Amino acid sequence: MKKLINDPADVVAESLRGVEAAHRDHVRVDHDNRIVYRRDTPRAGKVGLVSGGGSGHEPMHGGFVGVGMLDAACAGEVFTSPVPDQMMAATETVDGGAGVLHIVKNYTGDVMNFDMAAELAGDVEVRSVVTNDDVAVQDSTFTAGRRGVGATVLLEKIVGAAAEEGRTLDDVHALAVRVNESARSMGVALTSCTVPSAGKPTFELADDEIEVGIGIHGEPGRERKPLAPARDVAAMLVEPVLADLPHQRGDSVIAFVNGMGGTPLIEQYLMFNEVTKLLDQAGLTIARSLVGSYMTSLEMAGCSVTLLRCDDELVRLWDAPVNTPGLRWGA
Amino acid sequence: MPATLSDLDAWLRRYAATIHDQVAYLTELDAAVGDADHGTNMDRGMQKVVGVLDSESFEAADALFKKVGMTLVSAVGGASGPLYGTFFLRVGTGIGTVSEVDAETLGAGLRAGVEGVLARGKAELGDKTMYDAWAPALEAYDGAEGDIGDRLTAAADAAAQARDDTAGLVARKGRASYLGERSAGHVDPGAASTVMLLEAARDTLS
Repeated sequence: MKKLINDPADVVAESLRGVEAAHRDHVRVDHDNRIVYRRDTPRAGKVGLVSGGGSGHEPMHGGFVGVGMLDAACAGEVFTSPVPDQMMAATETVDGGAGVLHIVKNYTGDVMNFDMAAELAGDVEVRSVVTNDDVAVQDSTFTAGRRGVGATVLLEKIVGAAAEEGRTLDDVHALAVRVNESARSMGVALTSCTVPSAGKPTFELADDEIEVGIGIHGEPGRERKPLAPARDVAAMLVEPVLADLPHQRGDSVIAFVNGMGGTPLIEQYLMFNEVTKLLDQAGLTIARSLVGSYMTSLEMAGCSVTLLRCDDELVRLWDAPVNTPGLRWGA
Repeated sequence: MPATLSDLDAWLRRYAATIHDQVAYLTELDAAVGDADHGTNMDRGMQKVVGVLDSESFEAADALFKKVGMTLVSAVGGASGPLYGTFFLRVGTGIGTVSEVDAETLGAGLRAGVEGVLARGKAELGDKTMYDAWAPALEAYDGAEGDIGDRLTAAADAAAQARDDTAGLVARKGRASYLGERSAGHVDPGAASTVMLLEAARDTLS
Protein backbone atom coordinates (compact mmCIF):
# COMPACT_ATOMS: atom_id res chain seq x y z
CA MET A 1 0.00 0.00 0.00
CA LYS A 2 1.39 3.37 -1.04
CA LYS A 3 -0.70 6.19 0.41
CA LEU A 4 -0.26 9.62 1.96
CA ILE A 5 -1.44 8.62 5.41
CA ASN A 6 -0.11 8.41 8.93
CA ASP A 7 -2.04 5.51 10.43
CA PRO A 8 -4.89 3.66 8.70
CA ALA A 9 -7.00 4.12 11.84
CA ASP A 10 -6.68 7.93 11.69
CA VAL A 11 -7.45 8.51 8.01
CA VAL A 12 -11.02 9.78 8.40
CA ALA A 13 -10.43 11.90 11.49
CA GLU A 14 -7.34 13.58 10.05
CA SER A 15 -8.98 14.17 6.70
CA LEU A 16 -11.92 15.89 8.42
CA ARG A 17 -9.43 18.16 10.21
CA GLY A 18 -8.12 19.11 6.79
CA VAL A 19 -11.62 19.71 5.41
CA GLU A 20 -12.31 22.10 8.25
CA ALA A 21 -9.01 23.91 7.87
CA ALA A 22 -9.42 24.27 4.10
CA HIS A 23 -13.06 25.29 3.98
CA ARG A 24 -13.78 27.35 7.08
CA ASP A 25 -15.85 29.77 5.00
CA HIS A 26 -18.33 27.09 4.07
CA VAL A 27 -18.40 24.45 6.77
CA ARG A 28 -17.79 23.59 10.36
CA VAL A 29 -16.99 20.08 11.51
CA ASP A 30 -18.24 18.21 14.57
CA HIS A 31 -15.22 15.99 15.10
CA ASP A 32 -16.77 13.89 17.87
CA ASN A 33 -19.66 12.85 15.65
CA ARG A 34 -17.81 13.19 12.35
CA ILE A 35 -20.37 15.50 10.78
CA VAL A 36 -19.63 18.25 8.27
CA TYR A 37 -22.13 21.10 8.74
CA ARG A 38 -22.99 24.05 6.57
CA ARG A 39 -21.73 27.08 8.48
CA ASP A 40 -25.10 28.80 8.69
CA THR A 41 -27.31 25.80 9.51
CA PRO A 42 -30.00 25.61 10.83
CA ARG A 43 -32.00 28.11 8.78
CA ALA A 44 -35.52 28.84 9.97
CA GLY A 45 -38.18 27.45 7.65
CA LYS A 46 -35.71 25.66 5.36
CA VAL A 47 -35.94 21.91 4.95
CA GLY A 48 -32.69 20.43 6.23
CA LEU A 49 -30.83 18.08 3.92
CA VAL A 50 -28.74 15.37 5.55
CA SER A 51 -26.73 12.80 3.69
CA GLY A 52 -23.72 10.71 4.43
CA GLY A 53 -22.03 7.44 3.78
CA GLY A 54 -18.71 5.77 4.00
CA SER A 55 -15.61 7.90 3.51
CA GLY A 56 -13.41 7.37 0.46
CA HIS A 57 -15.81 8.94 -2.06
CA GLU A 58 -14.64 12.53 -1.76
CA PRO A 59 -15.92 15.09 -2.48
CA MET A 60 -19.15 13.09 -1.86
CA HIS A 61 -20.74 13.94 0.62
CA GLY A 62 -18.80 16.35 2.85
CA GLY A 63 -17.69 18.34 -0.19
CA PHE A 64 -21.30 19.03 -1.11
CA VAL A 65 -22.19 20.77 2.13
CA GLY A 66 -22.96 24.45 1.67
CA VAL A 67 -25.33 26.94 0.08
CA GLY A 68 -27.57 25.24 -2.46
CA MET A 69 -26.77 21.67 -1.45
CA LEU A 70 -26.51 19.79 1.86
CA ASP A 71 -26.87 21.08 5.42
CA ALA A 72 -24.92 18.18 6.88
CA ALA A 73 -22.96 15.12 5.81
CA CYS A 74 -22.17 12.22 8.16
CA ALA A 75 -18.82 10.58 7.48
CA GLY A 76 -18.47 6.87 8.13
CA GLU A 77 -15.25 4.91 8.21
CA VAL A 78 -13.75 4.20 4.80
CA PHE A 79 -16.45 2.47 2.73
CA THR A 80 -18.51 1.86 5.89
CA SER A 81 -21.80 3.62 6.48
CA PRO A 82 -21.99 6.09 9.36
CA VAL A 83 -23.87 5.08 12.51
CA PRO A 84 -27.34 6.18 13.69
CA ASP A 85 -25.88 8.44 16.40
CA GLN A 86 -24.30 10.62 13.72
CA MET A 87 -27.48 10.89 11.67
CA MET A 88 -29.57 11.69 14.73
CA ALA A 89 -27.18 14.43 15.80
CA ALA A 90 -27.11 15.88 12.29
CA THR A 91 -30.90 15.73 11.97
CA GLU A 92 -31.50 17.56 15.23
CA THR A 93 -28.87 20.19 14.46
CA VAL A 94 -30.03 21.14 10.95
CA ASP A 95 -33.76 21.18 11.61
CA GLY A 96 -35.06 24.71 11.08
CA GLY A 97 -38.62 23.72 11.89
CA ALA A 98 -39.48 22.58 8.38
CA GLY A 99 -38.29 19.00 8.78
CA VAL A 100 -35.33 17.08 7.44
CA LEU A 101 -34.79 14.96 4.35
CA HIS A 102 -32.34 12.05 4.57
CA ILE A 103 -30.64 11.32 1.26
CA VAL A 104 -29.50 7.70 1.38
CA LYS A 105 -27.70 5.63 -1.21
CA ASN A 106 -29.13 2.14 -1.53
CA TYR A 107 -26.46 0.11 0.19
CA THR A 108 -27.56 -2.31 2.90
CA GLY A 109 -25.57 -0.68 5.68
CA ASP A 110 -26.53 2.89 4.78
CA VAL A 111 -30.20 1.99 4.60
CA MET A 112 -30.19 0.10 7.91
CA ASN A 113 -28.35 2.82 9.82
CA PHE A 114 -30.49 5.64 8.41
CA ASP A 115 -33.60 3.54 9.18
CA MET A 116 -32.50 3.17 12.78
CA ALA A 117 -31.78 6.91 12.98
CA ALA A 118 -35.23 7.79 11.61
CA GLU A 119 -36.83 5.38 14.11
CA LEU A 120 -34.88 6.93 16.97
CA ALA A 121 -35.24 10.57 15.85
CA GLY A 122 -37.23 12.52 18.40
CA ASP A 123 -39.57 15.31 17.43
CA VAL A 124 -38.06 16.20 14.09
CA GLU A 125 -40.14 15.31 11.04
CA VAL A 126 -37.93 13.10 8.87
CA ARG A 127 -38.45 11.84 5.35
CA SER A 128 -36.03 9.70 3.37
CA VAL A 129 -35.17 9.17 -0.25
CA VAL A 130 -33.11 6.14 -1.21
CA THR A 131 -31.23 6.52 -4.48
CA ASN A 132 -30.95 3.39 -6.60
CA ASP A 133 -29.77 4.36 -10.06
CA ASP A 134 -27.21 1.64 -10.83
CA VAL A 135 -28.43 -0.47 -13.74
CA ALA A 136 -25.57 -2.96 -13.26
CA VAL A 137 -27.58 -4.59 -10.50
CA GLN A 138 -30.66 -6.57 -11.26
CA ASP A 139 -33.46 -5.03 -9.23
CA SER A 140 -35.46 -7.89 -7.79
CA THR A 141 -36.72 -9.25 -4.53
CA PHE A 142 -33.72 -11.59 -4.60
CA THR A 143 -31.12 -8.87 -4.25
CA ALA A 144 -30.52 -5.90 -2.03
CA GLY A 145 -31.75 -3.87 -5.01
CA ARG A 146 -29.92 -1.42 -7.17
CA ARG A 147 -27.11 0.61 -5.67
CA GLY A 148 -27.33 4.33 -5.27
CA VAL A 149 -24.40 5.90 -7.12
CA GLY A 150 -23.86 8.93 -9.42
CA ALA A 151 -27.46 10.14 -9.41
CA THR A 152 -26.97 11.03 -5.76
CA VAL A 153 -24.71 13.94 -6.76
CA LEU A 154 -27.26 15.31 -9.22
CA LEU A 155 -30.07 14.80 -6.72
CA GLU A 156 -28.27 16.63 -3.94
CA LYS A 157 -27.69 19.59 -6.27
CA ILE A 158 -31.24 19.81 -7.59
CA VAL A 159 -33.01 19.09 -4.30
CA GLY A 160 -30.60 21.42 -2.54
CA ALA A 161 -31.75 24.26 -4.80
CA ALA A 162 -35.39 23.46 -4.10
CA ALA A 163 -34.82 23.44 -0.34
CA GLU A 164 -33.01 26.76 -0.68
CA GLU A 165 -36.18 28.21 -2.24
CA GLY A 166 -38.06 27.40 0.95
CA ARG A 167 -40.21 24.59 -0.38
CA THR A 168 -41.99 22.25 2.00
CA LEU A 169 -40.69 18.87 3.11
CA ASP A 170 -43.38 17.15 1.03
CA ASP A 171 -42.35 19.11 -2.07
CA VAL A 172 -38.67 18.50 -1.55
CA HIS A 173 -39.24 14.81 -0.92
CA ALA A 174 -41.42 14.41 -4.01
CA LEU A 175 -38.80 16.16 -6.12
CA ALA A 176 -36.08 13.89 -4.73
CA VAL A 177 -38.10 10.82 -5.64
CA ARG A 178 -38.71 12.20 -9.15
CA VAL A 179 -35.01 12.89 -9.73
CA ASN A 180 -34.07 9.42 -8.56
CA GLU A 181 -36.66 7.78 -10.79
CA SER A 182 -35.42 9.77 -13.79
CA ALA A 183 -31.74 8.82 -13.45
CA ARG A 184 -29.67 5.75 -14.31
CA SER A 185 -25.95 4.99 -13.96
CA MET A 186 -23.33 2.41 -14.84
CA GLY A 187 -19.64 2.25 -13.93
CA VAL A 188 -16.42 0.57 -14.99
CA ALA A 189 -13.13 -0.03 -13.17
CA LEU A 190 -9.70 -0.31 -14.73
CA THR A 191 -7.98 -0.96 -11.39
CA SER A 192 -8.98 -1.88 -7.87
CA CYS A 193 -8.69 0.52 -5.00
CA THR A 194 -6.93 -0.22 -1.72
CA VAL A 195 -8.84 0.29 1.53
CA PRO A 196 -6.27 1.71 3.99
CA SER A 197 -7.19 -0.66 6.82
CA ALA A 198 -7.03 -3.67 4.48
CA GLY A 199 -3.65 -2.57 3.08
CA LYS A 200 -3.93 -4.35 -0.25
CA PRO A 201 -6.09 -4.06 -3.37
CA THR A 202 -9.65 -5.27 -2.87
CA PHE A 203 -9.54 -7.24 -6.10
CA GLU A 204 -6.92 -8.27 -8.62
CA LEU A 205 -7.34 -7.13 -12.18
CA ALA A 206 -4.88 -7.95 -14.94
CA ASP A 207 -3.46 -5.12 -17.07
CA ASP A 208 -5.68 -6.11 -19.97
CA GLU A 209 -8.90 -6.55 -17.98
CA ILE A 210 -11.70 -4.26 -16.81
CA GLU A 211 -14.56 -4.76 -14.33
CA VAL A 212 -17.85 -3.62 -15.80
CA GLY A 213 -20.76 -2.69 -13.56
CA ILE A 214 -18.87 -1.73 -10.41
CA GLY A 215 -20.21 0.14 -7.41
CA ILE A 216 -18.29 2.70 -5.39
CA HIS A 217 -16.75 0.52 -2.67
CA GLY A 218 -14.31 -1.62 -4.56
CA GLU A 219 -16.89 -4.35 -4.67
CA PRO A 220 -16.30 -6.26 -7.87
CA GLY A 221 -18.52 -5.57 -10.87
CA ARG A 222 -21.06 -7.49 -12.86
CA GLU A 223 -18.54 -9.03 -15.20
CA ARG A 224 -14.90 -8.96 -16.19
CA LYS A 225 -14.04 -8.11 -19.79
CA PRO A 226 -10.93 -7.50 -21.88
CA LEU A 227 -9.75 -3.90 -22.00
CA ALA A 228 -11.20 -2.17 -25.05
CA PRO A 229 -10.95 1.26 -26.73
CA ALA A 230 -12.80 4.06 -24.96
CA ARG A 231 -15.57 4.11 -27.57
CA ASP A 232 -16.40 0.49 -26.76
CA VAL A 233 -16.20 1.05 -23.01
CA ALA A 234 -18.51 4.04 -23.35
CA ALA A 235 -21.01 1.84 -25.19
CA MET A 236 -20.79 -0.76 -22.40
CA LEU A 237 -21.94 1.97 -20.00
CA VAL A 238 -24.37 4.03 -22.05
CA GLU A 239 -26.27 1.17 -23.72
CA PRO A 240 -27.50 -0.48 -20.51
CA VAL A 241 -28.34 2.96 -19.07
CA LEU A 242 -30.44 3.87 -22.10
CA ALA A 243 -32.02 0.42 -22.20
CA ASP A 244 -33.32 0.99 -18.68
CA LEU A 245 -34.09 4.72 -18.66
CA PRO A 246 -37.56 5.45 -20.03
CA HIS A 247 -37.02 8.01 -22.79
CA GLN A 248 -37.98 9.12 -26.28
CA ARG A 249 -35.99 10.71 -29.05
CA GLY A 250 -35.93 14.45 -28.46
CA ASP A 251 -35.74 14.17 -24.67
CA SER A 252 -33.19 16.18 -22.74
CA VAL A 253 -30.74 14.80 -20.22
CA ILE A 254 -28.18 16.00 -17.74
CA ALA A 255 -25.13 13.90 -18.63
CA PHE A 256 -22.58 13.15 -15.94
CA VAL A 257 -19.25 11.43 -16.49
CA ASN A 258 -17.76 10.74 -13.08
CA GLY A 259 -14.15 9.81 -12.46
CA MET A 260 -13.64 7.05 -9.87
CA GLY A 261 -10.57 8.74 -8.35
CA GLY A 262 -7.66 7.39 -10.36
CA THR A 263 -8.60 8.48 -13.86
CA PRO A 264 -7.36 11.88 -15.06
CA LEU A 265 -9.65 14.51 -16.55
CA ILE A 266 -8.20 14.04 -20.02
CA GLU A 267 -9.63 10.53 -20.09
CA GLN A 268 -12.90 11.62 -18.48
CA TYR A 269 -13.38 14.25 -21.22
CA LEU A 270 -12.41 11.71 -23.85
CA MET A 271 -15.13 9.47 -22.43
CA PHE A 272 -17.58 12.38 -22.41
CA ASN A 273 -16.89 12.85 -26.10
CA GLU A 274 -17.81 9.21 -26.69
CA VAL A 275 -20.93 9.60 -24.56
CA THR A 276 -22.08 12.62 -26.57
CA LYS A 277 -21.81 10.61 -29.80
CA LEU A 278 -23.89 7.78 -28.33
CA LEU A 279 -26.53 10.18 -27.01
CA ASP A 280 -26.66 11.91 -30.36
CA GLN A 281 -27.32 8.56 -32.05
CA ALA A 282 -30.11 7.94 -29.53
CA GLY A 283 -31.67 11.31 -30.34
CA LEU A 284 -31.11 12.76 -26.89
CA THR A 285 -30.16 16.36 -26.23
CA ILE A 286 -27.61 17.14 -23.54
CA ALA A 287 -29.22 20.01 -21.64
CA ARG A 288 -26.45 20.24 -19.05
CA SER A 289 -23.32 18.27 -18.28
CA LEU A 290 -20.94 17.50 -15.49
CA VAL A 291 -17.48 15.98 -15.89
CA GLY A 292 -15.13 15.31 -13.02
CA SER A 293 -14.35 13.14 -10.03
CA TYR A 294 -17.32 13.83 -7.75
CA MET A 295 -18.11 10.42 -6.32
CA THR A 296 -14.89 8.52 -6.10
CA SER A 297 -13.81 5.13 -4.87
CA LEU A 298 -10.44 6.03 -3.36
CA GLU A 299 -7.82 5.74 -6.12
CA MET A 300 -9.75 3.36 -8.34
CA ALA A 301 -9.25 4.07 -12.04
CA GLY A 302 -12.38 4.09 -14.13
CA CYS A 303 -15.52 6.10 -14.50
CA SER A 304 -19.27 5.99 -14.39
CA VAL A 305 -21.91 7.51 -16.61
CA THR A 306 -25.15 8.92 -15.18
CA LEU A 307 -28.00 10.20 -17.29
CA LEU A 308 -30.82 12.20 -15.74
CA ARG A 309 -33.84 12.83 -17.94
CA CYS A 310 -34.74 16.44 -17.26
CA ASP A 311 -37.34 19.11 -17.91
CA ASP A 312 -37.20 22.91 -17.60
CA GLU A 313 -37.76 22.80 -13.85
CA LEU A 314 -34.89 20.38 -13.21
CA VAL A 315 -32.60 22.43 -15.45
CA ARG A 316 -33.56 25.64 -13.65
CA LEU A 317 -32.80 24.03 -10.27
CA TRP A 318 -29.56 22.61 -11.67
CA ASP A 319 -28.52 26.11 -12.75
CA ALA A 320 -29.34 27.69 -9.38
CA PRO A 321 -26.35 28.98 -7.41
CA VAL A 322 -24.34 26.47 -5.43
CA ASN A 323 -21.38 27.18 -3.19
CA THR A 324 -19.76 24.14 -1.64
CA PRO A 325 -16.16 22.90 -1.50
CA GLY A 326 -16.82 20.35 -4.23
CA LEU A 327 -19.32 22.11 -6.51
CA ARG A 328 -19.64 25.82 -7.09
CA TRP A 329 -21.28 28.01 -9.69
CA GLY A 330 -23.43 31.10 -9.98
CA ALA A 331 -22.66 32.13 -6.43
CA MET B 1 -24.69 -25.06 35.82
CA PRO B 2 -26.17 -21.71 34.84
CA ALA B 3 -23.93 -18.99 33.46
CA THR B 4 -23.19 -16.06 35.72
CA LEU B 5 -22.78 -12.42 34.74
CA SER B 6 -19.07 -12.93 34.94
CA ASP B 7 -19.33 -15.84 32.47
CA LEU B 8 -21.26 -13.58 30.09
CA ASP B 9 -18.53 -10.98 30.50
CA ALA B 10 -15.95 -13.65 29.65
CA TRP B 11 -17.96 -14.67 26.57
CA LEU B 12 -17.94 -11.13 25.19
CA ARG B 13 -14.25 -10.68 25.94
CA ARG B 14 -13.39 -13.98 24.29
CA TYR B 15 -15.40 -12.97 21.23
CA ALA B 16 -13.60 -9.62 21.10
CA ALA B 17 -10.24 -11.37 21.31
CA THR B 18 -11.15 -13.84 18.58
CA ILE B 19 -12.36 -11.07 16.27
CA HIS B 20 -9.16 -9.16 16.95
CA ASP B 21 -7.06 -12.20 16.04
CA GLN B 22 -9.13 -12.89 12.94
CA VAL B 23 -9.38 -9.35 11.50
CA ALA B 24 -7.35 -10.25 8.42
CA TYR B 25 -9.29 -13.47 7.83
CA LEU B 26 -12.71 -11.78 8.08
CA THR B 27 -11.58 -8.90 5.91
CA GLU B 28 -10.27 -11.33 3.32
CA LEU B 29 -13.61 -13.12 3.21
CA ASP B 30 -15.34 -9.76 2.83
CA ALA B 31 -12.98 -8.57 0.09
CA ALA B 32 -14.02 -11.56 -2.02
CA VAL B 33 -17.71 -10.65 -2.01
CA GLY B 34 -18.06 -7.21 -0.44
CA ASP B 35 -16.00 -4.24 0.54
CA ALA B 36 -13.24 -5.63 2.71
CA ASP B 37 -14.18 -4.15 6.06
CA HIS B 38 -16.05 -6.76 8.12
CA GLY B 39 -13.01 -7.60 10.21
CA THR B 40 -11.97 -4.04 10.97
CA ASN B 41 -15.54 -2.93 11.65
CA MET B 42 -16.30 -5.76 14.07
CA ASP B 43 -12.93 -5.31 15.75
CA ARG B 44 -13.61 -1.60 16.28
CA GLY B 45 -17.00 -2.42 17.78
CA MET B 46 -15.88 -5.25 20.03
CA GLN B 47 -12.93 -3.26 21.33
CA LYS B 48 -15.48 -0.60 22.35
CA VAL B 49 -17.49 -3.34 24.05
CA VAL B 50 -14.40 -4.38 26.02
CA GLY B 51 -13.99 -0.76 27.05
CA VAL B 52 -17.56 -0.77 28.35
CA LEU B 53 -16.99 -4.02 30.25
CA ASP B 54 -13.86 -2.53 31.81
CA SER B 55 -15.56 0.65 32.95
CA GLU B 56 -19.12 -0.32 33.86
CA SER B 57 -20.74 -2.94 36.03
CA PHE B 58 -24.07 -4.57 35.37
CA GLU B 59 -26.66 -5.93 37.78
CA ALA B 60 -28.53 -8.03 35.25
CA ALA B 61 -28.03 -9.77 31.91
CA ASP B 62 -30.54 -7.64 30.02
CA ALA B 63 -28.79 -4.40 30.96
CA LEU B 64 -25.46 -5.88 29.93
CA PHE B 65 -26.63 -7.05 26.51
CA LYS B 66 -28.57 -3.87 25.78
CA LYS B 67 -25.46 -1.83 26.46
CA VAL B 68 -23.42 -4.15 24.24
CA GLY B 69 -26.02 -3.78 21.48
CA MET B 70 -26.10 0.00 21.67
CA THR B 71 -22.31 0.12 21.73
CA LEU B 72 -22.11 -1.93 18.53
CA VAL B 73 -24.84 0.12 16.80
CA SER B 74 -22.93 3.29 17.68
CA ALA B 75 -19.46 2.07 16.81
CA VAL B 76 -19.56 -0.36 13.92
CA GLY B 77 -21.57 1.13 11.04
CA GLY B 78 -22.09 -0.73 7.79
CA ALA B 79 -24.55 -3.59 7.86
CA SER B 80 -22.81 -5.42 10.72
CA GLY B 81 -23.48 -2.58 13.16
CA PRO B 82 -27.27 -2.65 12.96
CA LEU B 83 -27.34 -6.44 12.65
CA TYR B 84 -25.05 -7.35 15.54
CA GLY B 85 -26.35 -4.37 17.52
CA THR B 86 -29.95 -5.45 17.09
CA PHE B 87 -28.95 -9.04 17.89
CA PHE B 88 -27.55 -8.15 21.32
CA LEU B 89 -30.33 -5.66 22.10
CA ARG B 90 -32.88 -8.41 21.51
CA VAL B 91 -30.83 -11.04 23.36
CA GLY B 92 -31.12 -8.73 26.35
CA THR B 93 -34.87 -8.49 25.96
CA GLY B 94 -35.18 -12.25 25.47
CA ILE B 95 -33.11 -13.14 28.51
CA GLY B 96 -34.66 -10.56 30.80
CA THR B 97 -33.70 -9.24 34.21
CA VAL B 98 -31.70 -12.18 35.53
CA SER B 99 -28.25 -12.51 37.02
CA GLU B 100 -27.88 -16.18 36.13
CA VAL B 101 -28.69 -17.68 32.76
CA ASP B 102 -29.72 -21.31 32.39
CA ALA B 103 -29.89 -23.23 29.13
CA GLU B 104 -33.54 -22.42 28.56
CA THR B 105 -33.10 -18.71 29.16
CA LEU B 106 -30.04 -18.49 26.96
CA GLY B 107 -31.94 -20.31 24.22
CA ALA B 108 -34.78 -17.79 24.50
CA GLY B 109 -32.27 -14.95 24.34
CA LEU B 110 -30.49 -16.30 21.27
CA ARG B 111 -33.82 -16.89 19.51
CA ALA B 112 -34.98 -13.35 20.26
CA GLY B 113 -31.65 -12.03 18.99
CA VAL B 114 -31.89 -13.93 15.73
CA GLU B 115 -35.48 -12.76 15.24
CA GLY B 116 -34.15 -9.21 15.61
CA VAL B 117 -31.51 -9.89 12.95
CA LEU B 118 -34.22 -11.17 10.63
CA ALA B 119 -36.43 -8.14 11.22
CA ARG B 120 -33.55 -5.74 10.61
CA GLY B 121 -31.95 -7.52 7.67
CA LYS B 122 -35.05 -9.06 6.09
CA ALA B 123 -33.00 -12.11 5.14
CA GLU B 124 -34.26 -15.58 4.42
CA LEU B 125 -32.57 -18.94 4.68
CA GLY B 126 -30.22 -19.42 1.73
CA ASP B 127 -29.61 -15.71 1.12
CA LYS B 128 -25.94 -16.28 2.11
CA THR B 129 -25.98 -14.21 5.30
CA MET B 130 -25.29 -14.70 9.00
CA TYR B 131 -28.81 -16.11 9.32
CA ASP B 132 -27.68 -19.18 7.40
CA ALA B 133 -25.37 -19.96 10.33
CA TRP B 134 -27.91 -18.95 12.98
CA ALA B 135 -30.86 -21.03 11.81
CA PRO B 136 -29.20 -24.46 12.12
CA ALA B 137 -27.41 -23.30 15.28
CA LEU B 138 -30.70 -22.54 17.02
CA GLU B 139 -32.14 -25.83 15.87
CA ALA B 140 -29.14 -27.74 17.17
CA TYR B 141 -29.25 -25.82 20.45
CA ASP B 142 -32.89 -26.68 21.02
CA GLY B 143 -32.42 -30.29 19.91
CA ALA B 144 -29.39 -30.99 22.08
CA GLU B 145 -29.68 -32.63 25.49
CA GLY B 146 -27.77 -31.49 28.50
CA ASP B 147 -26.46 -28.29 29.94
CA ILE B 148 -25.49 -25.01 28.34
CA GLY B 149 -22.08 -26.32 27.31
CA ASP B 150 -23.47 -29.37 25.50
CA ARG B 151 -26.07 -27.29 23.71
CA LEU B 152 -23.60 -24.59 22.69
CA THR B 153 -21.23 -27.26 21.39
CA ALA B 154 -24.00 -28.62 19.20
CA ALA B 155 -24.95 -25.12 18.09
CA ALA B 156 -21.37 -24.10 17.26
CA ASP B 157 -20.77 -27.31 15.30
CA ALA B 158 -23.96 -26.83 13.30
CA ALA B 159 -23.10 -23.22 12.64
CA ALA B 160 -19.58 -24.11 11.48
CA GLN B 161 -20.96 -26.65 9.02
CA ALA B 162 -23.51 -24.11 7.79
CA ARG B 163 -20.82 -21.45 7.48
CA ASP B 164 -18.82 -23.73 5.19
CA ASP B 165 -22.00 -24.45 3.22
CA THR B 166 -22.54 -20.74 2.54
CA ALA B 167 -19.65 -21.02 0.07
CA GLY B 168 -22.00 -22.81 -2.29
CA LEU B 169 -24.72 -20.19 -2.12
CA VAL B 170 -25.40 -17.22 -4.40
CA ALA B 171 -25.83 -14.11 -2.27
CA ARG B 172 -29.19 -12.37 -2.29
CA LYS B 173 -28.58 -9.79 0.42
CA GLY B 174 -25.91 -7.22 1.17
CA ARG B 175 -23.13 -6.11 -1.11
CA ALA B 176 -22.33 -9.69 -2.07
CA SER B 177 -25.67 -9.83 -3.88
CA TYR B 178 -24.30 -7.41 -6.48
CA LEU B 179 -21.96 -10.16 -7.61
CA GLY B 180 -24.73 -12.58 -8.52
CA GLU B 181 -23.34 -15.98 -9.49
CA ARG B 182 -19.80 -14.75 -8.86
CA SER B 183 -20.53 -14.69 -5.12
CA ALA B 184 -20.62 -18.50 -5.10
CA GLY B 185 -17.38 -20.14 -3.97
CA HIS B 186 -16.82 -17.79 -1.04
CA VAL B 187 -17.79 -18.19 2.61
CA ASP B 188 -20.07 -15.46 3.92
CA PRO B 189 -18.15 -13.20 6.33
CA GLY B 190 -21.18 -12.67 8.58
CA ALA B 191 -21.67 -16.40 8.93
CA ALA B 192 -17.97 -16.71 9.80
CA SER B 193 -18.15 -14.09 12.57
CA THR B 194 -21.35 -15.72 13.85
CA VAL B 195 -19.54 -19.04 14.30
CA MET B 196 -16.84 -17.20 16.26
CA LEU B 197 -19.51 -15.81 18.57
CA LEU B 198 -20.98 -19.27 19.20
CA GLU B 199 -17.56 -20.85 19.70
CA ALA B 200 -16.67 -18.14 22.19
CA ALA B 201 -19.92 -18.92 24.02
CA ARG B 202 -19.16 -22.64 24.00
CA ASP B 203 -15.70 -22.01 25.44
CA THR B 204 -16.78 -19.64 28.20
CA LEU B 205 -20.30 -20.53 29.30
CA SER B 206 -19.79 -24.28 29.86
